Amino acid sequence: MSRVDDLRGTLAAVDRSRAALYAVLFAMVAFYLAPLESGLATSIKTEAGFRATTPYAPPPLGEFTLAAWQVAFDRLSQGLINSLLMAIPATVLSALLGSLSAYGLTNLDWRGQTGVLVLFVAGVFLPYQSVLVPLRQFWSAVDLPSLIPLGFVGSYEGLITLSLTHAAYGIPICTVLFRSYYATLDEEMIEAARLDGASAATIYRRIVLPLSVPIFAVTLIYQFTQVWNDLLFAIVLVTDPSNQVVTVALNQLQGSFVNQYNLQMAGAFVAALPTLVVYVLFGEQFAKGVAGES
Amino acid sequence: MLGGLFGRSERDPDDAESDGEQRSRPGGEQRLRTDGGATASASAGTDASILTRLRRSEFVESIPFWGPPAVLVGIFVYGAVAWNLVISLIGWDGLGQPEYTDFSLAAYEQLLVDPSFTSAFWNTLILLLVFTVLSLAVGLLLAILIDRGIRFENTFRTIYLLPMSLSFVVTAIFWAWMYNPRIGLINTALRGVGLDVLTTAWLSNPDVKLFAIIFALMWQFSGYCMVVYLAGLRAIPRDQYEAARIDGASTLRVYLRVIIPQLGASTMSAAVVLMVFALKAFDFLFVLFGVNPGQSADILSVMMYRVAFDRLQWSYGAAVATVLFAMALSVIGPYLYAQYRRGEL
Repeated sequence: MSRVDDLRGTLAAVDRSRAALYAVLFAMVAFYLAPLESGLATSIKTEAGFRATTPYAPPPLGEFTLAAWQVAFDRLSQGLINSLLMAIPATVLSALLGSLSAYGLTNLDWRGQTGVLVLFVAGVFLPYQSVLVPLRQFWSAVDLPSLIPLGFVGSYEGLITLSLTHAAYGIPICTVLFRSYYATLDEEMIEAARLDGASAATIYRRIVLPLSVPIFAVTLIYQFTQVWNDLLFAIVLVTDPSNQVVTVALNQLQGSFVNQYNLQMAGAFVAALPTLVVYVLFGEQFAKGVAGES
Repeated sequence: MLGGLFGRSERDPDDAESDGEQRSRPGGEQRLRTDGGATASASAGTDASILTRLRRSEFVESIPFWGPPAVLVGIFVYGAVAWNLVISLIGWDGLGQPEYTDFSLAAYEQLLVDPSFTSAFWNTLILLLVFTVLSLAVGLLLAILIDRGIRFENTFRTIYLLPMSLSFVVTAIFWAWMYNPRIGLINTALRGVGLDVLTTAWLSNPDVKLFAIIFALMWQFSGYCMVVYLAGLRAIPRDQYEAARIDGASTLRVYLRVIIPQLGASTMSAAVVLMVFALKAFDFLFVLFGVNPGQSADILSVMMYRVAFDRLQWSYGAAVATVLFAMALSVIGPYLYAQYRRGEL
């Protein structure tokens, strides 16, 4: 490590202008944060305030208000709850199924597994448009309340439908993420357990699953963000307004408060808050999930 | 478990003879291995038949793990794609239920003469190409900058990747504000530096609309490219930089001649993800424009939604969806094949 650092140090010394490097780095920071910064600044201004000042400037004296955040939160709170109710089960389900299938396709050795794997990997790249019409047909033919005779199913039908859909379409990417991790597990350790007579299920439960904590973290974080952020499935599958998720609610808020940019920006932040918190806390895991997609 | 039905020959003490590792263990340990409760039914045959049985039992044992997920993927992905293809052939529209009786290619014939399909198709290709190249270039630049042994590397990386964690609904709202013609940041900044001539209504001027969308999407995805390239850069041994430097090559030349040519695999995998994304990009445009982005910015994924879910021309929408699927397949097919050939699947 120190050798690498030495070499990097040498390179750095030879570099003609270290200052220029940092100037570019900070310019890029400004570029990536500008939309968020001006959004945040706008969200705490009054309407007169954001019309009179430049977007990135902090609110002038007397034009500071949290009213927009208040309205946005009131408008979106049901959506936030619905999104959580929908996204958490979907995420957990697809991560579990992804872990199982990755184990069956990676650590257990059998002919033809590459063929099955290809079908999973190709599923990662599916444009959802190419399944939307059948999906709508499928769910309109399925009568969830009579399939699952539990009291709450009727009033949450849209959310359950959406959650199951996300869980199913999340399996391919979760499998890919888990597979890349399981391929690095110590082959000899698993083989030794196998020779000791452990069944595939025992090996999974006792060895593979306990070692999977880091990749579960990566997958859960990445997949939660994906499911939370989706709009397309939500507008196609959820018709009941009480089951509306936050992305749909935000889109409607944007449509009904044209030109009230402070309100739109506050709404955008409220809807993004859970994913932002997850990203700030688990940025490393998110980056791994993103990189694993390729 | 199913595996128990077949027994496991590798447990049979006789079989242990054929396995060096097992033989080296103390005999007592073998008697302890009785967790599964299954008894070995068959005694040892030749090595080859043991191997066959072992393989077979691993296959059978593996089914409960990948089987159920595979069934779900089979139904929701491949079943739905096939169903979509069928729907595109039956001429179904309106509020009624589909009738699977008459099949024809009418929807596809309609595509060929529909000017809105033509423009959406070309816009999709432009988006796909420009967005991919631009994001890759910016991502590569970021990765190289980050890889120069800078301080606060993690902080820079976190900031550059941040947009990727946001919903398109959120980023579309941000960018609509950025692009606001009167008081948005872009035009304000342009006026600030005396470039008033460049100010325009970015999201309604048909000449720049598509580019404005591409630019905002690049903002969101270049961090992803950075992550992929950074992993590629980190895999290149450091002494290659050093060797090139000793040869007297400039930093720029080192990157152009030595480093970047080795990033082919990173470029390919990132490009595939970007291109497929460009094919399915919907949320961002839908939030900005609803179902009608206008001819200059209409793309196939938005057209598919508009035709099917707004106009209820289900079969026609399914036909557009089939085209999208075929385009995605033509991107990922060669990629998966190349991965397979390199043994990376």
